[in-house]
Amino acid sequence: MSPIIIYTVIALTSLGIVAAAILFFVAKKFYVKENPKIDEVEEALPATNCGGCGQPGCRAFAEACVNAEDLSDLFCPVGGNETMQNVAKILGLEVEEREPYIAVVRCNGSFEHRPRTSNYEGAPNCTIAANLYGGETGCTYGCLGLGECVDACDFDAMYMDETTGLPVVIPDKCTACNACVTACPKNIIELRPKGKRDRRIFVSCINEDRGGKRDCEVGCTGCTACEKECKFGAISFIRHLAYIDPEKCRLCRKCVDVCKPGSIHEINFPPKKKKPPKEKVAAKEKQIEKLEAEVENPNVDKLVVEKKNIDVLKKSSGISDDKDE
Amino acid sequence: MSVQTSSTLLTVSPSPHIHKEHSITTMMYAVVYSLVPALLMSVYVFGWSAIYVTFLAIASCMFFEFAISKYFFKQKASVWDGSAIITGVLLAFNLPASIPWWAIVLGSLFAMGVGKMAFGGLGNNPFNPALVGRVFLLISFPVPMTQWPEAMNANRWTMADATTGATPLAVIKEGLDAGVPISELTAQIPGFFQLFTGMQGGCIGEVSGLALVLGFLYLLYRKITTWHIPVAVLGTIALITGVLWLIDPTQYMSPVFHLITGGVLLGALYMATDYVTSPMTPKGMIIFGVGIGVITVLIRLWGSYPEGVSFAILIMNAAVPLIDRYFKPKRFGAVRNGK
Amino acid sequence: MSKSDQHIKTFPKGGVHPNDEKRSANVPISELPPPKMVSIPLSQHIGAPSVPVVDKRDPVKVGQIIAKSKGLVSSNIHSSVSGTVTKIDYVLDSTGYKRQAVIIRVKDDEWEESIDRSETLVKDIALEKDEILKKVAEAGIVGLGGATFPAHIKLNIPRGKKADYLILNGVECEPYLTADHRLMLEKGAEIIIGAKILMKALGVEKCVIGIEINKPDAIANLSELCKEYPGIAVQPLKVQYPQGGEKQLIKAVLNREVPSGGLPIDVGVVVHNVGTSFAVYEAIQKNKPLIERIVTVTGKEVDKPVNLRVRIGTPVQDLILAAGGLPDNTGKIISGGPMMGKALNSLEVPVAKGTSGILLMPEEEAHRKAQQVCIRCGQCVSVCPMGLEPYLLMNECEKEVFERAEKDHILDCIECGSCAFVCPSNRALLDYIRLGKRVVTTMRRERVS
Repeated sequence: MSPIIIYTVIALTSLGIVAAAILFFVAKKFYVKENPKIDEVEEALPATNCGGCGQPGCRAFAEACVNAEDLSDLFCPVGGNETMQNVAKILGLEVEEREPYIAVVRCNGSFEHRPRTSNYEGAPNCTIAANLYGGETGCTYGCLGLGECVDACDFDAMYMDETTGLPVVIPDKCTACNACVTACPKNIIELRPKGKRDRRIFVSCINEDRGGKRDCEVGCTGCTACEKECKFGAISFIRHLAYIDPEKCRLCRKCVDVCKPGSIHEINFPPKKKKPPKEKVAAKEKQIEKLEAEVENPNVDKLVVEKKNIDVLKKSSGISDDKDE
Repeated sequence: MSVQTSSTLLTVSPSPHIHKEHSITTMMYAVVYSLVPALLMSVYVFGWSAIYVTFLAIASCMFFEFAISKYFFKQKASVWDGSAIITGVLLAFNLPASIPWWAIVLGSLFAMGVGKMAFGGLGNNPFNPALVGRVFLLISFPVPMTQWPEAMNANRWTMADATTGATPLAVIKEGLDAGVPISELTAQIPGFFQLFTGMQGGCIGEVSGLALVLGFLYLLYRKITTWHIPVAVLGTIALITGVLWLIDPTQYMSPVFHLITGGVLLGALYMATDYVTSPMTPKGMIIFGVGIGVITVLIRLWGSYPEGVSFAILIMNAAVPLIDRYFKPKRFGAVRNGK
Repeated sequence: MSKSDQHIKTFPKGGVHPNDEKRSANVPISELPPPKMVSIPLSQHIGAPSVPVVDKRDPVKVGQIIAKSKGLVSSNIHSSVSGTVTKIDYVLDSTGYKRQAVIIRVKDDEWEESIDRSETLVKDIALEKDEILKKVAEAGIVGLGGATFPAHIKLNIPRGKKADYLILNGVECEPYLTADHRLMLEKGAEIIIGAKILMKALGVEKCVIGIEINKPDAIANLSELCKEYPGIAVQPLKVQYPQGGEKQLIKAVLNREVPSGGLPIDVGVVVHNVGTSFAVYEAIQKNKPLIERIVTVTGKEVDKPVNLRVRIGTPVQDLILAAGGLPDNTGKIISGGPMMGKALNSLEVPVAKGTSGILLMPEEEAHRKAQQVCIRCGQCVSVCPMGLEPYLLMNECEKEVFERAEKDHILDCIECGSCAFVCPSNRALLDYIRLGKRVVTTMRRERVS
């Protein structure tokens, strides 16, 4: 064997030994002692790192669980009860069953219900638009339609409906991680209990102004009819906006019938056998008539409607008249 | 959502509500216009082939930009914003006039495909696309890339085969390597005035320093670009070669020779100042320029190529993110030691 | 004292040159009669909204206090008309949101007796330092340059700090606006007496009035008037936006640099707008609270651009009528100047203390051009008067790495808009930087608590 090969082998071997020794001592010296249970708990978590639990990621949540004496303050919304049971088993702790939650969009001001009064042209970002002004319609509370909630969702559980301009939650995918709730600058999205057999009743409006109907056909007017109708005291008013407390609501649906603008929504209920009250029929007929009129006359599209709006605005201030002279 | 209805409604947007009257496109076309004198000069020096090479490069760069954005990115191509034209012109300016057509097309493909679009298109490429194309050709096809048609050849308007010769830089480099005294070598190359106006062999765009400087003055006047990078590059080259020349004029050429031959002016004025691949702050630009100058001189004097501007710019392109990170503008009201 | 051929100064870093467009510069200030109804917003200043002290159906006189300041940073609000309070309701104001306002139906024009409505110039300052401070606070005076910071707070120098200079801001670097320009021409003597009062309140000996050289008549007028008052001088300044930014103005006039995160008082300077100075004069010498202000109504298509003296609370549409009506192709209505003003979405928005102008932009200029990719041209960096890197801040805010933006000093941004003005790719630089500033401010507040 030529000496070159021997020297090479010797040199590389000794280099390897020295490097291994250094690595060994460094690893020893900087070893961080961790509770092995953290790894176990982390294994049981869904590993989405969504932050829905309030911790910055699943590992942090696992650490918090291991360090906590009881798990009542900790809950992984994505894994739900099953995951929490597993975590509790690993740690030898008890955990209570929690009701599952779901995100609910509390605005129904679609293009059709809310005429546009201005045209936003800044960066397509809800927070920027909300910091600038109330929004493209007369309602300063409603959805801006720029989709920040959709962007915030890590589970593809939301999408923007092109025809209404409003976000939609896909119930099967929503994990109630709270990301969309914090993302929305208008606080439109709320986490509500999924309800028995997925049935829910909520007010789909957050306009606190008196006479919210001026700006949106389906806005809560603050008439308090629902409050009077509710036998369980579940409905309360903040300024001129109804709110249904899910804890108290027994899902009797009486409030839905008395709400004239139709702000109260029911979800996953079977259709009613009884005839709906007269007002509702009348309102619906009116709406249908209007829609038909629009279909009949292709020129009466949104453009004209909006043009009229600004004309009315101009006329009321006497401005366009002056100009004509 | 619908854009058509906007005309009847008041527009609401955050301030500012007015904008300067310019755009990417106007700026890019200004650069294109500023390159026209150099093109005319090279047509005078090399004949029709200069036009042929330049327009083939422009056309193929625009075609590849269009094809890649349409069929790979599936989006509207911005072929007419001027950036592909600039890449085409600059690539052509970095090629000899005798280059075969397939090399031009291949170089354009590499410049646009690998140099620009692979990184995500305009604004995202770390390296100057034209130089990527040129260096690709130089390494892959060294023979056609280093055959220089002679300047002012009698056949230049007839497209007949032109006689080729070495560039002044190559003459000096090879001569010095062979131990020929410098006084003999200078006799073989044109005088400084001829070199500066463009009577020399070389790439299409780099021969006439005068035309390049004229175009650059136009860009300065339009405030399209700033003086920082060119001054730093040229100053550094002049300084280093000047010191060496003063130490030993028998071994080193004068700084003037270094500034007006080869691609130094083209590189310093047009290639290094490319917005996308140069630093953002004046301080960073100076560092960037000095780096280019140093590397250029190193390659020219002690490297194996006679010319090194392209490599120098590409190497410094790679350092731009680092330069941007560490050379910040001077902040208003910055308190020393502390925040 | 004042030399007419003084050296023209400017701030050293960045800045842009938008077209002047001062269409109403030669139009004298005219008075707009009180409208039929006014709605006076309860938050017209930076800080906590004021608390109403009148109720539905209460009769009010011009100058009567209708809302009292609440908290440290706040301001009193006075009725600008006489008549009856019809309601206190939520009204759309220039913020684009519905906020509380006192709505008054106007009847006659009956003023509080204590107000001196004569035009005579009162030169002697009878009040002492503390009385001036109290009076300025009572009169509800806020910064009339647009920032609407309550003036009496700026006059209260914090313990341990010392002021030696008062700077009056007559720069008006925003294109189109001429309200301050006209005021300096027509009410120059009052402004200078106002400055004297402010100097007395601050205990400073020196005052400089900074004016851009595109207003030579104003410079000449004030320089002439200054001769009578030792310690007050006019400083001509180069036409360069944002010359009127507080920090830029101090740097230009005195070459002092307000430290990052600091206030002008940290370098011994207090800056007030010339309009504020005039309001102080009226409050101290004439006993008149802040109930009206000068508003420029202008625009490229406007029939007759005007400078109006307007009662606070007048709807914007009345002002537009006085300027010849709304042009047919109006696409955008801006409250303030084109660089920093706010776009309005209704003509019924009331004029507030901070409304310096109403600018009507024609449709073809009302829209932003399509945003393109950043080509790293570095123009935003070179025009930023604060030495920031807007392209970087925008990137960080878009990607929501606000901690990095904070380290890159996003809070130093004065929101002048030079970066977005100059960007050849029409990028929404300031939109995102403003968003980042808000987020970082909240982050800091949370960290403290």
